Amino acid sequence: MRHKGTLSGRLTDGLNVVLLGLLALLMLLPFYYIFVVSFVDAKEFSSSELILWPKNWVSDAYAYILSSKEFIRSMGVTIYVTALGTLVNLVLTATMAYAITRNIWGQRFYVFLVLFTFIFSAGMIPTYLIVKETGLIDSYWSLILPAAINPFNLIVMRQFFMGIPDELNEAAVIDGANDLQIFAKIILPLSKPAIAAFGLFYAVLNWNTYFGAILYLNDPTKWTVQVVLRQLVILNDQDTLASAARDAALAGELPPSETIGMAAILLATLPILAVYPFLQKHFAKGVMLGSVKG
Amino acid sequence: MKISNFRRYALTRESGKVGHEGVRELKEESVIMHPFEGDGTEIPAAPVGAVPKKKGKLMARLWRERYLYLLLLPGLAYFIVYRYVPMLGNVIAFQDFSPFQGFLHSDWVGFAHFRKIFGDPEVVRVLGNTLLLSMLQIVFAFPIPILLTIMLNELRSEKYKRMLQSILYLPHFLSWVVVIGIATIFLKTEGLVNEVLHALFGAEPTAFLQEPGWFMPLLVLEVIWKEAGWGTIMFLAALSGINPSLYEAAVVDGASRWRQIWHITLPGLRSTIVILFILRLGTVLDSGFEQVFLMLNPFTMDIGNVLDTFVYYKGIQQADFSFGTAVGLFKSVVGLLLILGANKLAKKYGDQGVF
Repeated sequence: MRHKGTLSGRLTDGLNVVLLGLLALLMLLPFYYIFVVSFVDAKEFSSSELILWPKNWVSDAYAYILSSKEFIRSMGVTIYVTALGTLVNLVLTATMAYAITRNIWGQRFYVFLVLFTFIFSAGMIPTYLIVKETGLIDSYWSLILPAAINPFNLIVMRQFFMGIPDELNEAAVIDGANDLQIFAKIILPLSKPAIAAFGLFYAVLNWNTYFGAILYLNDPTKWTVQVVLRQLVILNDQDTLASAARDAALAGELPPSETIGMAAILLATLPILAVYPFLQKHFAKGVMLGSVKG
Repeated sequence: MKISNFRRYALTRESGKVGHEGVRELKEESVIMHPFEGDGTEIPAAPVGAVPKKKGKLMARLWRERYLYLLLLPGLAYFIVYRYVPMLGNVIAFQDFSPFQGFLHSDWVGFAHFRKIFGDPEVVRVLGNTLLLSMLQIVFAFPIPILLTIMLNELRSEKYKRMLQSILYLPHFLSWVVVIGIATIFLKTEGLVNEVLHALFGAEPTAFLQEPGWFMPLLVLEVIWKEAGWGTIMFLAALSGINPSLYEAAVVDGASRWRQIWHITLPGLRSTIVILFILRLGTVLDSGFEQVFLMLNPFTMDIGNVLDTFVYYKGIQQADFSFGTAVGLFKSVVGLLLILGANKLAKKYGDQGVF
């Protein structure tokens, strides 16, 4: 209920409302355009008119993509890496975060080890050489292990564990529980919402990963969907989906490469859009800061 | 035994919470914590029990904590293998490393690769590109979230504010491949942007992505589009720590909206701005590898090649491991020095600093 009343105050308010609305529109418009154009047919696409709404909706571009072995395989790879990677992320982050919450011998040193990686990183090439030495080149583990813990998420999860009252611990100790039991039976059940939130954030990171894939995977049959997307849309390489291209050429109906690219972008983004409402639920809780770096 | 251990632990944590008053307050209200806060202020474990003098005592302690160590081990192994061993691996910057001879048997060359960094006109140009890009990002992209935060904070309708936030945060969760894919589609010579420019001004089509002059502005715009909304989260959290009665008092005193922003909102954001600015300074030589790599093409290589991408092309693609590592190490060390220096300066001028 601040600055009510004056005309100029209300004008500024109105201007602010409109300006922010326009900015939000700027975030959504690209999606709208891509969505709409991915459904137009070849004839309408090649006309010089601005497309605001398809005259007749066709799903040729989607049919084309979904008929290509390469795209389906890359989706499968990405789902696999995301699922396995997120599991590894959560297990390693939660166990270590809890261990350095407790007053174990050397606790401060371990916290320092984590924090130091914030301000000094090993660099691309030594990391690459280690991945190579550990035999992970061209293995999906090269996408998972080098990024197994996000230090930021680790610290935020530790802060979360520190907020759990000690009385619960003490009661469990009196009941004769050991630390593993305390972690599994008290800490984890209490942290379910937080773990779910971290899981979502890790999953998004894993789904979007591109850097690891170009660094460590040479074999095109192992490409993730982000790599395929780059070939298709940014490099405009029509051979990316070779199997579909052959079939479409035989049938004599190849959709415009632009609509194929747009449909591919939407398909690859669909999972993110699907979990976005759940991600959003956690914004207010402060657990999202882990992704600030990512 | 166990009970006393727990009590000591509880005590440690209690005393660990004694921090800077203001920061503490803000933290509790907003739930959001700064990464370093709370660790920097932590007080070491109680000295008597924590550092046992005798070996036997230590062994007893380790045995007591064996399950916790079991939990620690996988994570610790990760940090050692994939974070710290590669740090040691930086020694190859001082060698003529060959994968066949390995770390131990490659020839030592001292600082030769580092001298090459400054002797090589290509590296100097790449360094210039990197600094120019960072400067543009700091000048144009860094302030946008602050501005957005103030605008959002001035909204009266909570519902509208929440709706806007959920839209503004969305691009952060898209991959760089998707963002640059979208940019590619829009900025092609036959793309939407050129179509609109032609319809409005009769402009000739421009190949934005091949035009060296557009390379850096596009990078900055992409970062703004993707991260500006998400960047408000930290600032909005800081604002939620401001006592609303301050605004009420200001209204009673007849302070205008602008004066309220200047005297209440901005001071409330100050420490967050300083902290984020320090962290940003530590990354002036990082350009965001994925984004730049995805945007680069032969036409923009001269203006657009930055240290991150240079290290990739040199070190990985041309397998010049030692030189690539030297450039990367140079980058990391400069980043570390900048962050420490900026932190010191911030403290000198009365701000909290990061650590």
